[in-house]
Amino acid sequence: MPQQRQFNPYSENGGTILAIAGADFAVVAGDTRQSEGYSIQTRYAPKVFRLTDKAVLAVNGFAADGNILVKTVKQRLEWYRHAHAKDMPLRAIARLIQTILYAKRFFPYYVYNILGGIEEDGTGAVYSFDPVGSYEREACRAAGAAQALVQPFLDNQIYFKNQKPKPGQSHPTHLPLDHVLSLVIDSFTSATERHIEVGDGLEIYVVLARGHSAQGLSNIPGAQEISQTDEGERVFVVRRDLKKD
Amino acid sequence: MDHFPTNWGRPRNDTVDAYNTYPLHQRPDWRPKDSFADGIQRTQQPIVTGTSVLAIKYKDGIMMAADNLASYGSLARFKDIQRLHVVGDYTILGAGGDMSDFQHIQHTLDSLMIEEFSVDDGHKLGPPEIYEYLSRLMYGRRSEMNPLWNSILVGGFKDGKSFLGYVDLLGTTYSASTLATGYGSMIAQPLLRKAVEGREHLITEEEAREIIKTSMKVLFYRDARSLNKYQIGTITAAGPKIYEAQSSETEWSFAEGIRGYGAQTQ
Repeated sequence: MPQQRQFNPYSENGGTILAIAGADFAVVAGDTRQSEGYSIQTRYAPKVFRLTDKAVLAVNGFAADGNILVKTVKQRLEWYRHAHAKDMPLRAIARLIQTILYAKRFFPYYVYNILGGIEEDGTGAVYSFDPVGSYEREACRAAGAAQALVQPFLDNQIYFKNQKPKPGQSHPTHLPLDHVLSLVIDSFTSATERHIEVGDGLEIYVVLARGHSAQGLSNIPGAQEISQTDEGERVFVVRRDLKKD
Repeated sequence: MDHFPTNWGRPRNDTVDAYNTYPLHQRPDWRPKDSFADGIQRTQQPIVTGTSVLAIKYKDGIMMAADNLASYGSLARFKDIQRLHVVGDYTILGAGGDMSDFQHIQHTLDSLMIEEFSVDDGHKLGPPEIYEYLSRLMYGRRSEMNPLWNSILVGGFKDGKSFLGYVDLLGTTYSASTLATGYGSMIAQPLLRKAVEGREHLITEEEAREIIKTSMKVLFYRDARSLNKYQIGTITAAGPKIYEAQSSETEWSFAEGIRGYGAQTQ
């Protein structure tokens, strides 16, 4: 009887992604290390991609699937632009990503996606997906290698889980941009300390709704504006170093 | 996550080296067989294999190296095989893994270059295009569960820009200023990173050659599937060039003094 060894078409390339929605902004971040097992393949492989002037997608899991998925989504968005002479709205991009993922239900893209941006009503939004396409809108989400380290921290600091407000006060429903950015940076420095697959570099995309001043970015050095719509939505990227060990 | 239920709850099978060797033991496969399965061979294993490829970025472009051995399991079967291959005017490929799959890739890309030449539209495929084509080819084949069993480095230089990328049998891709496949990624990559990272634009051709030479020597000392005969290739503004085979000066006298391994205790 011929013995066959099954070829495993999947791999796991480490890294972590994270997104937080504010009242009128969204922050999407990811580290830039790509690894397999104990080897660092490269110190710079972006996991966060700007899709439109108000949508940013973070992809984590099997890198080959992730790259193909991002290319597919970008192509579908380009076709949409040609057909409708405008960018696809965020909630429609979220549904698009679901159908693309579910189309491969029985040979899935092994990737966790987080989509962040500004909705048509001007609110900041985060959508998170599982590999076969189920998704929901949330205020924050971490995924990837250090999800188990970061998500509980976010639950505590953003949803105020296990925290009691001072008597007569209540927890804020949305946090200001500067506060969110410092939570993101702290999440990644901590994940870098405690998880071997996280490190090297950090890319933070910030999407601001129209009328939101970039003031929260002022105490973060090196913020770089990458696009602006006529209506006033703006996308910034912040690149920082993380420990390389 | 491991998506194959038959592997669940079992230890990882470390006897299977995805890149290198003809069969070591395998665990029996008791899953039900498709009646037609015998008639078609899909999943394969590498048979005649090449080991590591190294590449670094330097001041003038890219330098790449691979030895001239094609192994048949642990047998050093073919000792004059060239594993670096020029594609078009701006690109060099270096491949580890199954050599017949690599020859198939060479053929595919050479045909592509002829097709592109015939179009005669004033465009020439540069390293990024060849890399994209190759990664789509590799990813397409893995998605058919019929992979080309290689890990490949693509080095190039066009329009004043150097290019260095990796692609493997899963379609995984990445770029960095130093790259290594197979054993090289464990043994040579740390040496290369120490020598190159952060000073890509300072390294001269002579210095690059020294870095590569040292790494190839260390690989020959430690990688049992390597050969002390290797070729260096460069891609610069002057175009791609693959040099004659060379060998490292080695020193084995220390081996006599080694005690305490295996059965030899005295």
